[in-house]
Amino acid sequence: MKRLAKHVIFYAVLIGLWFLLAKLKIWPPYVFPAPWNVAQSLYAGFEDHSFWIAILITMKRMLMGYGLAVVLGMVLGLGVASNKFLEETMGGLLVGLQSLPSICWQPLAVLWFGLTEKAILFVVVMGALLSVTISMEDGRKQMPKIFGMAGRNLGAKGFKLFWYVLLPASLPFVLNGLKQGWAFAWRSLIQAEMIFVTLGLGQQLIMGRELSDMGQVVAVMILIVVIGYVVDGLVFKTAERRLHQRWGLAPAS
Amino acid sequence: MTPNPAVQGTHTTDHRSLGRGNVNRWKASHRPVVVPYSSSAPGKFPKVSLNGISLSYKANDGSRLLALDNIHLKVNPGEFLCIVGPSGCGKSTLLHLIAGLHQATSGHVLVDDKIVEGPGTDRILIFQDLGLFPWLTVGQNVEFGMKMKGVPKEERQRKTEYYLRLVHLAQFKDSHTHQLSGGMRQRVALARALATEPDVLLMDEPFAALDAQTRDLLHDELERIWSETGRTIIFVTHNVREAVRLGDRVALLTFRPGRVKKEFAIDLPRPRVLEDVTVAKSAREILDELREEINKSLQEQYGEEKVS
Repeated sequence: MKRLAKHVIFYAVLIGLWFLLAKLKIWPPYVFPAPWNVAQSLYAGFEDHSFWIAILITMKRMLMGYGLAVVLGMVLGLGVASNKFLEETMGGLLVGLQSLPSICWQPLAVLWFGLTEKAILFVVVMGALLSVTISMEDGRKQMPKIFGMAGRNLGAKGFKLFWYVLLPASLPFVLNGLKQGWAFAWRSLIQAEMIFVTLGLGQQLIMGRELSDMGQVVAVMILIVVIGYVVDGLVFKTAERRLHQRWGLAPAS
Repeated sequence: MTPNPAVQGTHTTDHRSLGRGNVNRWKASHRPVVVPYSSSAPGKFPKVSLNGISLSYKANDGSRLLALDNIHLKVNPGEFLCIVGPSGCGKSTLLHLIAGLHQATSGHVLVDDKIVEGPGTDRILIFQDLGLFPWLTVGQNVEFGMKMKGVPKEERQRKTEYYLRLVHLAQFKDSHTHQLSGGMRQRVALARALATEPDVLLMDEPFAALDAQTRDLLHDELERIWSETGRTIIFVTHNVREAVRLGDRVALLTFRPGRVKKEFAIDLPRPRVLEDVTVAKSAREILDELREEINKSLQEQYGEEKVS
């Protein structure tokens, strides 16, 4: 209860300040949108369904791109971890590439795939792929060797060994990487959506800019933050908590 | 050294009459059960035989270290063999070789006269740290080997319940492994191994980390389960008393490189008790031999000190 009260007070003060600044009219509304402009934009956006559609389209892309990145990243990460040559050569390249913001792939992606869904997906995959790959590689190495041996000893081999033993055994070690991959993918996707007509949240934001409607820009920004927060807080925190319960690890603080 | 009559190999019973699955072995235990050991059982393959197993590996400084040197051992079907030796003699490694998790540098492991080339569910190893899967429930852990083998679901469930009952853990089927005590986890590992229905059970110092009461209890249970299921057991321990308490035969390994120094047949009636005088007496004799090896290992690690 106390925590909730703190939150309420904090946000009340924050919005109050914003309100005050807007009321003082230091800057014109097309430079500094007032809270009521933003509220209006939010209402209008949901009222004419354009925000719902944008969220749906963006989430669909996110799930596809992120899903693809996770599958590819796991295969790649396991491959790199289990091959000494790959580890020594490709390991460094992966870390280097991770410092590249994935939006840098956009020009090439547009060239290769055109102004299409595929180009966006490509950028999203590149955003999450490296974090997932690197964390999978680390996880595979950190994972106690005994699980693999016990699995083989009990008759698991090949794909079954991977699916029933190596994958679940490395999950606690890769969860952070999966989370980071999601955050990177989310950023990449919004950036990619801002480049051309894509109907997603990114484009809603750009549309606000085109119309000099800063209320809409801030409204979309709030949506992006809320969705990011909800996914992190609900999906990943829950997964983490359940994992820790199952394994009997100390609860994540 | 005075020979201990209890440690001498006098077989009055043919071992086949005590064969696998003989549930009544216990019931008739007013008369001393003479547990057989015969390395030359007529007309039968040994269940497991180690033919000149050697293993060497590259040490950190680049030189080759010999860990196991020309080991010959035969284990009869249904026999309970204990392997003792000082720490670092390669006894765990030997089990890994039998399990097919490592390759010997030379020599062969044969099971039913066939060369072992990899892991197989006819031999299940219970690791020293168990290696229970923390992402699965107790029941799913026990089920795991059968699932890998492709046993149909219904049969799997039936057998999981059966083996959990066998180790007295039926009510913990849906628990997670970290919720159990050390002794209970040990029993889960045992049930998981048994559920795969291996001919040979390989146990690597399974009770080393347990308190004395729990260990005694598990000794009794292991002996009971062994007699009920008729499995061949190869049991590695550094505890000589434990080896005498459980084994039909005890093989003593030397310190680095591991060789079979001596084999002792333990002809004490079952069920045995760890504190029993006859157990202590047999253990004493083996311990005298083992002490030499321990001294060698201590010398290597700490210099000149000796244990007398």
